[in-house]
Amino acid sequence: MSPALIALLPFIGALLPGLLVRSGRSVAAMACGTVTLVALLGLLLHIPAVMRGEVITARIEWLPMIQLNANFRIDGLSLLFGTLILGIGLLIIAYARFYLSRTDPVGKFYTYLMLFQGAMMGIVLSDNILLLLVFWELTSLSSFLLIGYWRHLPEGRQGARMALTVTGMGGMAMIAGMMILGQIAGSYDISDILRSKEAIQSSEWYLPALILILLGAFTKSAQFPFHFWLPHAMAAPTPVSAYLHSATMVKAGLFLMARLWPVLGGTPEWFWIVATTGLVTMLIGAVIALFKDDLKAVLAFSTVSHLGLITMLLGFGTREAAIAAVFHIINHATFKAALFMTAGIVDHEAGTRSIRRLGGLRKLMPVTFAIGTVAALSMAGIPPLNGFLSKEMMLYEASHLETARLFFMVVATVAALFSVGYSLRFVFHVFTGPERDDYPHHPHDPGFGMWAGPALLTVLVVLIGLFPNTMAGWLVDASASAVTGESEHAHLALWHGLNAALIMSLIAIAGGIILLRRHEPALKSWESAPRPEAKVIFDTIVQASVLAGRWITDKFNNGSMPRALSFFTLTSLFAGALAWYTGDAGPLTRPMLPVGPVPFIGWLLAMFATGSMVFFHRVRLLALVLIAIVGLITSIFFTYFSAPDLALTQISVEVVTVILLLLALNFLPKRTLIETSTHRRGWDACIATLAGLGFGGLCYAILRRDFAFDSISGYMLENSHKLGGGDNVVNVILVDFRGYDTFGEITVLGIAALAIFALTQTLLQGKSSARLKNWVHDQRRAGDRHPMMLVIATRVILPISLVVGLFIFLRGHNQPGGGFIAGLVVAIALLMQYMASGYAWAQDRQNIPFHALIGAGVVAAGVTGIGAWFNGKPFLTSAYGYVKLPFLEEFELATAMGFDLGVFLCVVGAVMLALNSLSRIARQAGETVNEKPMDIDLSEEQKGAH
Amino acid sequence: MELLVASGIGACMAAGIYLILRLRTFAVVLGMTMITYAINTFLFATGRLVVNLPPILHDGDAAAYTDPLPQALVLTAIVISFGMTAVVVMMSLGAFIEGGDDHINMPPDDREMPPLKTVNDQPEEERA
Repeated sequence: MSPALIALLPFIGALLPGLLVRSGRSVAAMACGTVTLVALLGLLLHIPAVMRGEVITARIEWLPMIQLNANFRIDGLSLLFGTLILGIGLLIIAYARFYLSRTDPVGKFYTYLMLFQGAMMGIVLSDNILLLLVFWELTSLSSFLLIGYWRHLPEGRQGARMALTVTGMGGMAMIAGMMILGQIAGSYDISDILRSKEAIQSSEWYLPALILILLGAFTKSAQFPFHFWLPHAMAAPTPVSAYLHSATMVKAGLFLMARLWPVLGGTPEWFWIVATTGLVTMLIGAVIALFKDDLKAVLAFSTVSHLGLITMLLGFGTREAAIAAVFHIINHATFKAALFMTAGIVDHEAGTRSIRRLGGLRKLMPVTFAIGTVAALSMAGIPPLNGFLSKEMMLYEASHLETARLFFMVVATVAALFSVGYSLRFVFHVFTGPERDDYPHHPHDPGFGMWAGPALLTVLVVLIGLFPNTMAGWLVDASASAVTGESEHAHLALWHGLNAALIMSLIAIAGGIILLRRHEPALKSWESAPRPEAKVIFDTIVQASVLAGRWITDKFNNGSMPRALSFFTLTSLFAGALAWYTGDAGPLTRPMLPVGPVPFIGWLLAMFATGSMVFFHRVRLLALVLIAIVGLITSIFFTYFSAPDLALTQISVEVVTVILLLLALNFLPKRTLIETSTHRRGWDACIATLAGLGFGGLCYAILRRDFAFDSISGYMLENSHKLGGGDNVVNVILVDFRGYDTFGEITVLGIAALAIFALTQTLLQGKSSARLKNWVHDQRRAGDRHPMMLVIATRVILPISLVVGLFIFLRGHNQPGGGFIAGLVVAIALLMQYMASGYAWAQDRQNIPFHALIGAGVVAAGVTGIGAWFNGKPFLTSAYGYVKLPFLEEFELATAMGFDLGVFLCVVGAVMLALNSLSRIARQAGETVNEKPMDIDLSEEQKGAH
Repeated sequence: MELLVASGIGACMAAGIYLILRLRTFAVVLGMTMITYAINTFLFATGRLVVNLPPILHDGDAAAYTDPLPQALVLTAIVISFGMTAVVVMMSLGAFIEGGDDHINMPPDDREMPPLKTVNDQPEEERA
């Protein structure tokens, strides 16, 4: 099976639980299990090739321009991790089926779990570090979802947030590190990077890259001082803890260190950073684990400790140490997953995970006791179990170091001693001792489905311990060879003779037993001793950064809009001025156009209207009239300077905007009072003048110079007819060359109209609805709301304007016009009808739902675009032909017309929906419905008469 | 001519900026409309000013045309700014109906943020 398919399968599996969950938990679990099994088999089929030393690759181009390609590889290391992820994943899926209760949303759980599995498989199979980073972030996200799965528990939510913060920040650092690494190696493919050891290690960027990448690996693998998130992640359901936080995700950091071991490892920097961090983590994790009361917390800190052990081995940088590291990864995964599941069983059956409330479960839960004991003894490193073998190898490597040998030997022995202590405590304080009568539940062994998984793993623990070479030797060889890049042959044996490692091991076991006997006094002194609490520090830092964020936000924005806007304007001005004085704009190359008398009059009008608008802006109705003058001059401006399409659009938008503002003004106050001081207004005028000068100056500077680069407009002019089949280049650009933009724009317009509708909907409910009902209009209403002249005129105009709209629509491709303008024209024709005869009266005479119109528009445009696919062309490529209808001039029928129809429908729908919303507000405020198109409202007159 | 156009655009912008610095929503809406005019004409003008050469192809004439690209961009910009104006108008209308006044500034009690979570809600076993 292709490596790409193996990585993809879990993601496909993630879709299944959602579809199947109604058929029950078992079906969802079976579906996920089947997918996992298929992926596992697909992976295992590659064993013979991997054993021959081959690397199986699959290469799919994704974004070749940034060297981000979906390249996958399977070598010994991927095989090892892939087997762990899929194999333990399979057991976890079965276990979770029985662990989760009926009230838990099972479908969601399995979906998250499969997403996580896919992300992990992606990491271990990636042959491209950018792709690896994508999957890396995916594991952080999916583990966030899994830890917070029981969203009603605050611990779960906090633990999830902490895990995401810590691993996410590490991920950020790693992105930077990987970028540097890729830049040094000249390629982002792992295969290429692994070949550039000299270039990377001699580069002056080696140390920064190393530190950044290690930050990512250490946070993920919970290495000191980032170890604190892992115990808090234990708020997750036990299957998640067993899977993510012991067997797989926390090993992603180890995987990465192993993957890059040949290029990053072997230097003094690597040794000191990695080996020391591992050693410290191993010691601290073991010590804390001994004193934890929560069963899962014990296991969490023991995981931290074992991860430290493996990190230290990788840090040693020798080939033998790498073999030991790989072997311990296998062993740790087997016994720790079994232990987690055991802890889950105890929690499930006895009702508590607190060691103080447990003890004496040996007789009540014999099967669980057997499983837990074997796994725990392996964790303690008791022969002949597999944990003993790899721990011996670790101690052996520590005693053969060339630098700081004594230091590593002593600390490693102490850590091993504590490790024996907490492992034995797991057995003696939970299972042995007197039976109690105050367990929250009645403990008994669970059903087969729940203990089958851990039992299988314990069998492996024993078998690997007894027959290491047969059981695991081949896997260790293959993966160790993949780590070191050379052909490795591990010598795994129970008996290595009487050497330093054995003595250290014996000391650790003896010391551990003594420590456990003295556990109670030790616990007392531990609890009374002051020590930093990582969570408190973390919370303090998070809180401080939130406060700092708020402080900065408050300083910049105190809720005053003018203040924020003047900051913004001044900053833009400053940036513009800076650019102007530091850059070089070149000489003025374009001559000025002559000024005729008519344009000059237009300019005078515009300036006059603008000035008066500002002067009279408090008289709102007058301001509206004046702003409309500016709008009209703008549209004349477009006509004069060769832009007929723009002129048509501008003038119709102008009409619609003014109508809308008038309708809104019906409710708003009609005048603005003077509320600011003269001083303040002067200051605002200063800012405004500066902005105007700057903007006008920029405009002048551009207008007097030629293009700095060739414009792409030439291409469009040349190909508009050839490719787009239209002579109106602007319209062809809209519906063809840049059709995607237009598609987005009509969608935005539709969303804007829907937002207006939604706003209205909320206004018509609750407090504001009552306000509207009691609305007192501040102006007298006209007696003849629907003047006869207006009604008759609009009636006559309606068919004409509709025909004009159709005409503008049809000619749009070759002459000024098109969907936008036609839509606006038709909307105005309808608007006039509504204004003349009243909204309700007009509404009763048509039954077009405007929402549907918007939807139909977007769909029509989309379908036209997709139509091109059936022609074998990309989205929105147009085809065209010419049609001759009798009695009409020849016109052209292009697929672009379907697109333009979409634009048309969308524009009409959006404009009408906005008007509709305003009219609904008016109805709520007591606007009465006229029965006849031009009735006279007598109520106002009567009011006046009284 | 260029000077006239640039000064007109600058005046529009200045008027718009002055109006958006006012304290009532209606003035701000007017100001945004003015800024829209300024920006749209500015974008259009980046294609340089040309008289009597519309970008409509006519047969057999290889004469110069004006730049069609800014025109196409501005055309959609005009329509979109209508949509934006409509939303803003509705928002200010809604705020006026709901709150009873059309002030643009945020009232101080709206700016109160929820208190931060403290460290006291940590899991039980951690405190133990």
